[in-house]
Amino acid sequence: MEFKVDQKVRYSKTHEWVRVEGGEAVIGISDYAQNKLSDVVFVELPPAGKELKAGAACLVIESVKAAEEVFAPVSGSVVGRNEALEKSPELVNSDPFGQGWLVRVKLAVPAEIDSLMDAAAYTSYLSTL
Amino acid sequence: MPEALLFEKSRPGREGVSVPRCDVPQTSIPDSLRRSSLSLPEVSEVDVVRHYLRLSHLNYCVDEGLYPLGSCTMKYNPKVNEAVARLPGFARLHPLQDPSTAQGAMALLFGLQGMIAEIGGFHGVSLQPSAGAQGELTGILIMRAWHAARGDAKRNRILVPDSAHGTNPASTSMAGLAVVEIPSDRRGNVDLLRLRAQLDDRVAGLMLTNPNTLGLFEENLLEITRLVHEAGGLVYGDGANFNAILGVAKPGLMGIDVMHFNLHKTFSTPHGGGGPGSGAVGVVEALAEFLPGPLAARVAAGGEPRYEWRMPSRTIGRVKSFNGNFGVLVRAYTYIRMLGAEGLRAVAENAVLNANYLQARLKDIYPVPHGDRTCMHEFVAQGKIAGAPDIRALDISKRLIDLGFHPPTNYFPLIVPEALMIEPTETESRETLDSFIEAMRTIAREAVSDPALLHDAPHSSPVRRLDEVKAAKELKVTAG
Amino acid sequence: MSFIPNTDADRTAMLEAVGVGSVAELFHDVPAEYRFPRIDLPSPLSEQEVLSELDAMSGKNADCGAHPCFLGAGAYRHFIPSVVDFVIFRSEFATAYTPYQPEISQGTLQAIFEYQSMITRLTGMEVSNASHYDGATSTAEAVIMALNVAQGQKRRVILSAGVHPQYRAVVRTYTQGMNLELLGDDADSGVEELAGMCDSSTACVVVQNPDFFGRIIPPRSLAALAEKVHACGALLVAAVNPISLGLLVPPGDSGVDVAVGEGQALGNTLSFGGPYLGFFAFRREHVRKSSGRIAGETVDRSGRRGFVFTLSTREQHIRREKATSNICTNQSLNALAAAAYLALMGPRGLRKVAELCWHKAHYAAQRIAQLPGYKVHTGEFFNEFVLRCPVSADEINRRLFQRHGIIGGYDFSSEFPGRAREMLLCCTEMNSREEIDHLVTALSEVGNA
Repeated sequence: MEFKVDQKVRYSKTHEWVRVEGGEAVIGISDYAQNKLSDVVFVELPPAGKELKAGAACLVIESVKAAEEVFAPVSGSVVGRNEALEKSPELVNSDPFGQGWLVRVKLAVPAEIDSLMDAAAYTSYLSTL
Repeated sequence: MPEALLFEKSRPGREGVSVPRCDVPQTSIPDSLRRSSLSLPEVSEVDVVRHYLRLSHLNYCVDEGLYPLGSCTMKYNPKVNEAVARLPGFARLHPLQDPSTAQGAMALLFGLQGMIAEIGGFHGVSLQPSAGAQGELTGILIMRAWHAARGDAKRNRILVPDSAHGTNPASTSMAGLAVVEIPSDRRGNVDLLRLRAQLDDRVAGLMLTNPNTLGLFEENLLEITRLVHEAGGLVYGDGANFNAILGVAKPGLMGIDVMHFNLHKTFSTPHGGGGPGSGAVGVVEALAEFLPGPLAARVAAGGEPRYEWRMPSRTIGRVKSFNGNFGVLVRAYTYIRMLGAEGLRAVAENAVLNANYLQARLKDIYPVPHGDRTCMHEFVAQGKIAGAPDIRALDISKRLIDLGFHPPTNYFPLIVPEALMIEPTETESRETLDSFIEAMRTIAREAVSDPALLHDAPHSSPVRRLDEVKAAKELKVTAG
Repeated sequence: MSFIPNTDADRTAMLEAVGVGSVAELFHDVPAEYRFPRIDLPSPLSEQEVLSELDAMSGKNADCGAHPCFLGAGAYRHFIPSVVDFVIFRSEFATAYTPYQPEISQGTLQAIFEYQSMITRLTGMEVSNASHYDGATSTAEAVIMALNVAQGQKRRVILSAGVHPQYRAVVRTYTQGMNLELLGDDADSGVEELAGMCDSSTACVVVQNPDFFGRIIPPRSLAALAEKVHACGALLVAAVNPISLGLLVPPGDSGVDVAVGEGQALGNTLSFGGPYLGFFAFRREHVRKSSGRIAGETVDRSGRRGFVFTLSTREQHIRREKATSNICTNQSLNALAAAAYLALMGPRGLRKVAELCWHKAHYAAQRIAQLPGYKVHTGEFFNEFVLRCPVSADEINRRLFQRHGIIGGYDFSSEFPGRAREMLLCCTEMNSREEIDHLVTALSEVGNA
C-alpha cells in the first residue's frame, strides 16, 4: 500500500509530523498513521498553554477500534488547537497533512527538529514496516 | 422487521399496571420534595409484552443453536437451574436477614464454597465476586495484600502474557500495579527465557490463563509456577477456560495460588445477554485469610450443623454489597450436584473432543497456527482463504450468520492475525458440529466464487452491518 | 448424561477423525502426576432428586413472602408484575452472550438503549451506561470516574457517613491500590461539613439520598452542596433509591454529576443479595471518562435504525491497562427486568408506588412512636426510618421472629458498634395495613425488658 508523504515536513518514528513556521511548529499524524487507525471519531486535544515534552504522550486519537496516543515530536507549549476536529474528526483521515493538523506549539528547543526524519528518510522507514 | 422504541409507542394515559389503593391514612408529602415531571413511556401491558417478544425475535441465543464463541463457553443452560433459583425460599430471601432464618441458603453457600475448592484444588473460596473481571481484581488485590503483609512493599509489577484477555492488564492497573507483558514462544507457550528475564524482586506475580487463549495447555506449567515462586511472586490463574480441565486437573495443586472461576461459563449459568455472572475466587492456604467476605462458615454445635457469616481476618474487604450473586450461585450448585465428579470430567472430555474434532476437520481450509498440537476446549483458526485475498475473518463471521450459526470470537487473541477463536462446548452433538463444518466449507468456496456475497453479509439478519463510526461520532445514547 | 448429546459411537468416530486412540490421550499436555485426580464430591443426582434436595434447602429459609418483612437497608421487597418474569424468561434474552454480533443481537441492544433512556429520565442525567454489578460497585466506579476526570491529579475523596456502609467498604476495596485520601465518614456530617472538607485536591464528594438512615437531603441543600463541590473543581456523586425517584426531585435537578444506585428495587427479586444491577448515569461531558458498556443508535447499510455498543475504546478489550475500568459486560438480564418494570409502571405507576411506600412508612412510624420505650427518628424520610428500641435491636428482632413470625428491621450493631439499640425499619407497598398493625402490636409486646 502506498502512503502519502508530505515532502515539506519532518517525521518521528511514531508517525507524527512537524512543520516549522517561524518559532512555532504545527503537529499532525502521517497518512500512514491515519490509515492504521481507520475512521477517526474523536480527538482529545491538550489545553492551550500545556507544555509538551518531546517523546511524551500529548493527546489521544480515537477510532472505533483503537485509541492511540500521539507523542509530541518536539517540546513546546500549546499555542493553537485545531478546533475544527471537534465537529469533524474525520479531517485527520481525509487530509492528515492539511486540515487534519492537531496542535500548534511554540518551540522550546528548536534543535529537536534536526533529530527528526526528513521525507526521504521517512519514506524508506515506511518501507521497512 | 424493526421494532419501534417504547418511547415511540407511548400514548398519554396508557398504563401497564394497576397499583393497589392506599390502605393506611396518608401523610402529606411536601411539594418542595416532589419532582415536577417524569417522562417514562406510557404503555399498556400488552404493549410491553409484544414489544419485548418482538425484540426477543431479533436475538440469537444458545437455546436456538451452536454459539461457538471462543473463551465464552456458551454451553446449554439447564432449565432445572431456573426452576431452582425461583424457589420462594431463595428468590424471596432478604440478604440482611439473620442467618438463623436463612440456614438453607447458608448451607448452600457453604456447600458450594467447599465443592469449588475441591474441584479446583484450593483451600478457600469466596463466592462474593460478581463476574470474572471482578474475580481478577479480587485476586490481584489479594496478591498485593499478601506481599504488603510480609512487608514486601516494592513488588508492584504483574507479568501478563501477550495472549491474555484485555481484562488482565485492566484489573492489574485498577489494583495500582504495573503490567509487564511476556511474549509467547513458537509453540504458543509462555516464552520461558523472556519470563526468566523479568523475574526479580519487583514482581508481585504472574497472571496465567491456562489453557491459554490459543486453546493450548501450557506445556511448561510446572516450570513456570516454580520459577515465579522462586522469585518470590505468586501465580494468578484466569479460570475463563476452566471448562477444558474440569475434573481433569486441579490448578491449586499445580502451583496456581489464586484463581477465579466463571460460574456463568464453566458451571452452566445463563449469560443473560451480558450478565449476571459470578467470578468466585479460590486460593491456597497461605492466602485464605485475605479473601473478600463475608464467607459462609459452619459452626460445630453437635447435632444439626449451624451456619454463620465470617469475615476473613486479613480480608481485602468487600467487593460487592450483600452476599455475592446468590441466584447465580444456586444455579451453579444445582449443576455440580447433578454432575458429580464423573459428570464434570465428562464435560471436559467432551468439550475437548468436540474442539479437536472441529480443528481436525477445518484446518485443511482455514490455517490453524498451532494445528500441530492437540487443542483443549477451543482453538484459533485464521480467517484467511486461499484464492480470496480480500476476505477477512469478519466477512466469514458475518456469512456464518446467514447460514444459521453464531460466529466464533473475532480478532482475539491479538497475537493471531485474522483470528477466529472457536469453542464448541460439550453440549453440541456430532451432527451439529458436522453442519458447522459444512457451513465453514461452503463459505470457503463462496469466498473464491462470490466474494461480494461475504463482504455484504449478513443478508438474512434483522439488520445488516451497522455503522459503528456514525454511532461513535454522533453518540446518540438515549431516546428522543 | 443428559447435557452431553454424543454417544460412545459418536466419540469413537470423532477420535478417528482426530487421529487419537482415546479421549484420555487428548490431555497429554497436563502433567501426568496431576492428571485425572480424585475429586471428592457427593454422588450425582437426577433432576428429580436435585429438585427435591434444593426444595428442602429452600424450605429452611424464612422467606419474605411467607413472613411480614420490614427489612430494607439497600435491598427492597417490591411488587414485580408477572410480565417482568415473562420477559427475562425468554431464552433469546437469557441464553445469549453479550452482543458481540450486533446484527443478531438487536433485541438485547435495543433493550439496553431503552434502559439507558429510562434511567437518564428517572435520574435527570444525560447519559447512562448499560449497568454495573450493583449499587456498591456503581458507587466505586463513580469515584474512579471522578479520579479520571481529574486526570489523576486529585487524590482526595469525601465519603458521607450517610452512604451505605457496604458501598463505602467497596469503595475502599476498589481504591486500596490507588494511594487516595478517603475521608468524611468517620462522623455523621451534614452537607455543610462535607462541603467544608472539599478543597482543590478533591476529586469527588459522595452522598446518598435518601441516606442510609432514611433521611432525605432536601433538593435545596443538595444543590448548595453541588455548587460548593463544583467551585472546588470536584464532582458530586449521589447514590439514590430509584423507586423514590417516582416521587422525589431527581439528582440531576440538584446539580449532581454522577447518579448511581442499586437497581434491584426495579423488578428484581431479593434473591439473598444478588444478582442485582447498579445503575450509573452522569453528565455528557464526562462520557469518555465513564466506565461500562454504552449502547448507541446508528443505521445499517440499508439505512435502517439499529443499535451497537459504542465508545468501546474506553474499555479493557481495546485500552487494556489504560481502560477506564476492568468491567467487561453489564448486568444485562437484571437491567432488562428493570427496563420492563419501568415501562410497565410508567410515570404514574411509579409515583403511586413511591407514594404508597411513603404513606406506609409514615403510618408505621407514627404508630410506633406512640409505643412506650420506642423513639422514632424524626425529619423527612421516604420509606425507612431509624427506630430506637427499649432493648437491643437484636433482641427485638429475635422476639419478633420467634413469637410473631415477623422479619424485623436492619440491626445497626452489625456495622455501627454503639448503636445496638437502633434498627432501620422499612415499609414498601408490599406491607399491608394489617401487617403494619401486627408489627405495632408485636413491638409493643416484645419491647418489655
